[in-house]
Amino acid sequence: MQTLRSPMEVAFEGREGLRKIVICTGTGCIANGALEVKEAFQRELAAAGFATVEHFTQLGQLKGGDDSAYLSKSGCQGFCQMGPLVSIQPEDILYTKVKASDVKAIVERTLKAGELIPELLYANPVNKTRCRSQHEIPFYKSQTRFVLKQCGDLDPESLQEYLAIGGYQAAKRCWTELTAEDVCKEMLDSGLRGRGGGGFPTGRKWELTRVQPEPKKYVICNGDEGDPGAFMDRSVMEGNPHSVIEGMMIAARGIGADEGYVYVRAEYPLAVKRVRQACADAREAGLLGDDAFGTGRRFDVQVMEGAGAFVCGEETALMGSIEGERGMPSPKPPFPAQSGLWAKPTVINNVETLATVPLIMAMGAKVFRGMGTGTSPGTKTFALSGHVLNTGLIEVPFGLTLRDVVHGIGGGVTNRQGKLDAKGFKAVQIGGPSGGCLTQEHLDLPLDFDSLRSIGAMVGSGGLVVMNHGTCMVAIARYFMKFTQQESCGKCVLCREGTKQMLLLLEDIVEGRGSLETLDMLQELGTAVQRGSLCGLGKTAPNPVLSTLRQFRAEYLAHVVEKRCPTGECKALAKPEIAAERCKGCGLCMKKCPVGAISGELRKPHSIDDALCIKCGACAQACRFEAVVGV
Amino acid sequence: MESQKTISIDGRDVPLEGEKSLLEVIRKAGIDIPTFCYVSELSTYGACRMCTVDIEGRGLQTSCSTPPEAGMKVRTSTEPVRQLRKVALELILANHERECPSCAKNLDCRLQDISKKMGVGKVRFRNVSQQAPIDETVAIRRDPNKCILCGDCVRMCGEVQGIGAIDLAYRGHDVRVQPAFGKSLDEVSCVFCGQCVRVCPTGALTPMSETGAVWKDLHDPKKTVVAQIAPAVRVALGESFGYAPGEVTTGQIVAAMKMMGFDKVYDTCFAADMTILEEGNEFIQRVTQGGTLPMFTSCCPGWVKYMEQFQPDLLGHLSTCKSPQQMFGSVAKDIVAPEMGLRREDMVVVSIMPCTAKKFEAKRPEFARDGVGDVDHVLTTIELVQMIKECGIQFRDLKPEAMDMPLGFKTGAGVIFGNSGGVMEAALRYVYEKVENKVLEDCEFHEVRGEAGLREAQVTLAGQTFKLAVVHSLDNARQLMERVKAGTSGYHFIEVMSCPGGCINGGGQPVSFKRDARKKRTEGLYQADKAQQLHKSQENPCVLELYEKSLGSVGGRKAHHMLHTHFGARRRIQGQTLELAGGPAGDKLLVKVCMGTSCYLKGSQSLMQRLARHVAEQQWQAQVQPQATFCFEACDRGPTVQIGEQVLHHCTYEQALDAIEAALALRQRRMGAEA
Repeated sequence: MQTLRSPMEVAFEGREGLRKIVICTGTGCIANGALEVKEAFQRELAAAGFATVEHFTQLGQLKGGDDSAYLSKSGCQGFCQMGPLVSIQPEDILYTKVKASDVKAIVERTLKAGELIPELLYANPVNKTRCRSQHEIPFYKSQTRFVLKQCGDLDPESLQEYLAIGGYQAAKRCWTELTAEDVCKEMLDSGLRGRGGGGFPTGRKWELTRVQPEPKKYVICNGDEGDPGAFMDRSVMEGNPHSVIEGMMIAARGIGADEGYVYVRAEYPLAVKRVRQACADAREAGLLGDDAFGTGRRFDVQVMEGAGAFVCGEETALMGSIEGERGMPSPKPPFPAQSGLWAKPTVINNVETLATVPLIMAMGAKVFRGMGTGTSPGTKTFALSGHVLNTGLIEVPFGLTLRDVVHGIGGGVTNRQGKLDAKGFKAVQIGGPSGGCLTQEHLDLPLDFDSLRSIGAMVGSGGLVVMNHGTCMVAIARYFMKFTQQESCGKCVLCREGTKQMLLLLEDIVEGRGSLETLDMLQELGTAVQRGSLCGLGKTAPNPVLSTLRQFRAEYLAHVVEKRCPTGECKALAKPEIAAERCKGCGLCMKKCPVGAISGELRKPHSIDDALCIKCGACAQACRFEAVVGV
Repeated sequence: MESQKTISIDGRDVPLEGEKSLLEVIRKAGIDIPTFCYVSELSTYGACRMCTVDIEGRGLQTSCSTPPEAGMKVRTSTEPVRQLRKVALELILANHERECPSCAKNLDCRLQDISKKMGVGKVRFRNVSQQAPIDETVAIRRDPNKCILCGDCVRMCGEVQGIGAIDLAYRGHDVRVQPAFGKSLDEVSCVFCGQCVRVCPTGALTPMSETGAVWKDLHDPKKTVVAQIAPAVRVALGESFGYAPGEVTTGQIVAAMKMMGFDKVYDTCFAADMTILEEGNEFIQRVTQGGTLPMFTSCCPGWVKYMEQFQPDLLGHLSTCKSPQQMFGSVAKDIVAPEMGLRREDMVVVSIMPCTAKKFEAKRPEFARDGVGDVDHVLTTIELVQMIKECGIQFRDLKPEAMDMPLGFKTGAGVIFGNSGGVMEAALRYVYEKVENKVLEDCEFHEVRGEAGLREAQVTLAGQTFKLAVVHSLDNARQLMERVKAGTSGYHFIEVMSCPGGCINGGGQPVSFKRDARKKRTEGLYQADKAQQLHKSQENPCVLELYEKSLGSVGGRKAHHMLHTHFGARRRIQGQTLELAGGPAGDKLLVKVCMGTSCYLKGSQSLMQRLARHVAEQQWQAQVQPQATFCFEACDRGPTVQIGEQVLHHCTYEQALDAIEAALALRQRRMGAEA
């Protein structure tokens, strides 16, 4: 068994002196100008007399030498807030926030003169030291980049490069050396669990599908990533599309499928383009098609753009959508393994799961089990966002604690001004609109499927939103409820009507109309929706509400009993007052008040008329003495 | 001995007998689990969640979607189950316009029924129903404010009827059932069969009531109001007054209608007997004179509209006979009225029908003269029930009365028209004697009876074997039409009824909570046939007399004029033509190519592509604008292309080019003349 080689190693083989410049062209970096940076490199390298190639296949034209360069692009490297990212190899330099205007200097000073440009290096915000490479940056240091490893290195549009690092070898072995039973068994032994949210053992899913007598079967890659703020699957599809296709080929071999679909949400145009290209390239190379790996057996993959609905990420709805139906979940049983796409046995796996598969087949189940925890082996990618210093796409082994993620990789919690606040941690919303919240007491909880489930949260698709003390948990619950309500397919009563009523109750609370009865009703309704909804979307929709009700009951009580929002986020509950001892009577607030609710004599404390006040907060913003409180 | 496979339901063992869902087993065990979205003839939907039960080891599951497995231990009314049902029901009610007393479905409503049974005292949730406009069409009234989104109508229309005139749109709390583009049912492919009405558990879909107009005419002393009662009405109307399904209450219906002020009450079965003579004769003629075969029946207005919209190429197969309702209308207005000394406009013909589509049929322009239809009003069985109840008539106490003569006289052949297979059987009783020229002793054709979606029979007449088919529900019909088009059906005569089971199960029949109602109604009609003295249409003395006195010979000139009609291709979506591709024409020559389904199947797309290419090659872009458009209502003559003002049917590429060149030449000459 062998693992994949690094793209760098492959590129430098026999080419002494070659420089590889990798520009991150993930969606985030492109939005920040990565393509302009790339053009600048093309210009400046030519001007400086470098012999430059841009495609892996052209590397043969280069003999090496100090004036040769391989200008490559990569998928998302995860640290999107610092993009565009440019790395230079073999020196292993990572430049951040690179602008096209910086490129001339990079070519002249770094490539030609061999010196570092400190301003472009990442500065550790804690001690201001500059980090030369990824390995020195705290954001990367605590991560285990396994599935994402190639994403930041490999040219996602080059099949040749993927092949050169050993790609498709695992699939080839499965197709030419192993039986279907072997493949399923290896997967079962690896303990891999679905990364899409549920955490169902992948091997079991495959085995259930394999044993179905029906000769026609399908493999579907679920790339309909819809959680707000989550972009793990997008990054994999954009950064290493062939790994997904290879995973599908292995699944196809395991269950005996001859057709596959990648269902990508239409809002991911780059992912659609790259996966489509990858399929075409693989077909051209004879990997996909009627004669996979020369075995005479068929497997081909089609790419299907999603219909723009969150619920299409639910597997039965997704299959309906492929069939041209309205994306609505249907009751299980029958499970997709029994009767899936066009009523044929179907394996449907998430992008990250499938991208993990070739790695497992290459390294072996046993080695894979060495990562992560006993019941949750391997790694998991998360989209880290919210009130932390470092945000972006991360990958960690299962079992790492929340503390390691928030304080280690995330660099700590920030306050409203974006400054580090050692005591700022309030909660983490994990798993997006289907997940729950974790609090102070869970900081040392190992992040894995089972420990999260035990406390009523879930890995979900992997959104991790860190919140500081300024965040109102009721408002957060309402935000997610609004999302699920809008995205409900409207089929089953409990989800369609239940989430609507829950949303109304939450609106009552944040707008000051709530009572203790409202909380009881919310609890009862949430439990009913959880128990009685048709699909996973509905069943998990109440999670953010129920978990905040449990963890932050005092905050809910403050809203309904005292009619007060402890964080001041709920504007309707604000009671702006002027603290007489701080008020200098400058009259600025009076001028700014749009409804004339403030009165007072010059140089004497002013006051606000409750009856007129619309709680807009303009007075508080205007006051230079922080005399307006309660907003 | 191996013990029988059972399931424990509330502690009692219930044997498994091939049920597809746990729900069926539970209901068999005598527990009436509430459901809104479960309809046994449709696919499992699992949306209302009312049928949730507790299965040991699996927790709360919907029983409709759970396959029964031996050894399951099921509890149907635990605390969490009851709680869940109650919350679900309250949630439904919170989004429902609860104007029950003024609702057409009041007291026949499943939502009311279940709410009462569940003991919902108070709806604790906020009322979130939004006012949406009500769609009042010629036959069906659609009130979205009463809709609980169970999806039964959508699945009925799509799965059983194969039409899909309505579907769910939008998401979240905005979800609603609606026709394409939010149009009215009048403007889309709905055939008004009313099967959606039949399965709707609330008042969201009801027959469009015409009772007001009927009352007005009944109260008008200048009008003579005559009624015809369709065969299927008599075996179902009684259900609304506590009779068992299938029990014939013709006499009471007549009595009630007379009390309400109807001047004459006649029988549609009389006209059905006429239909058999005309249709049977037409069939014999088609066979002997090499006409289009297979011949399709044309009594069912839903089926006819379906054909006009979806199978325009096959319209020549439809019998040209009017339906019994419309034959009756012609005879009543043009023969009976003068005989009674009435002017046409002084007679009002009211049909009592099991069917919503009959309302549409009566309004077809072919069946009207000077804007007045042969049939003025169509009441569904449900509407007549309402009128009887409004009058306070104690239906069960009524002494049966006889129908008026002569249009009240019928044979058993006319009576069985209400069953799927009945028209075929009645026709066989006629055609056999006509062709074989001998008396048919046993006149029951059991091969064409039954419940199968497609039933086949063969008869040998005068040495020739004829293949016959009976289909009901339009998706079955659609599949059969594919075979007819492919030339593989081999049939000579096909009877089609839109509704599953035929007219007895029509969209205007009373709501039945009894599960075997359809079967019982079918049996009721066959029993009614047995009860008649005569069983063959050709033996109906009143019909024969009518021909002798007024119509002349069967299939003759006058009969043809009065009793036959014609059909035409019909657009599925009404409204303006849609411009699918191609820019504004300005003063360029506009070349419109139809991309509707029929034209597309005949190659209009490649025609369009070739024309566009030719225009580009000839550099005519400044003068010619090709445009893809949608439906000229000439589907049977496609591909249809319009070049300037000229419309070309069966248009070939060469013909289109010639026409474009001619039009361009003409323009040039005109311009020259102007210069």
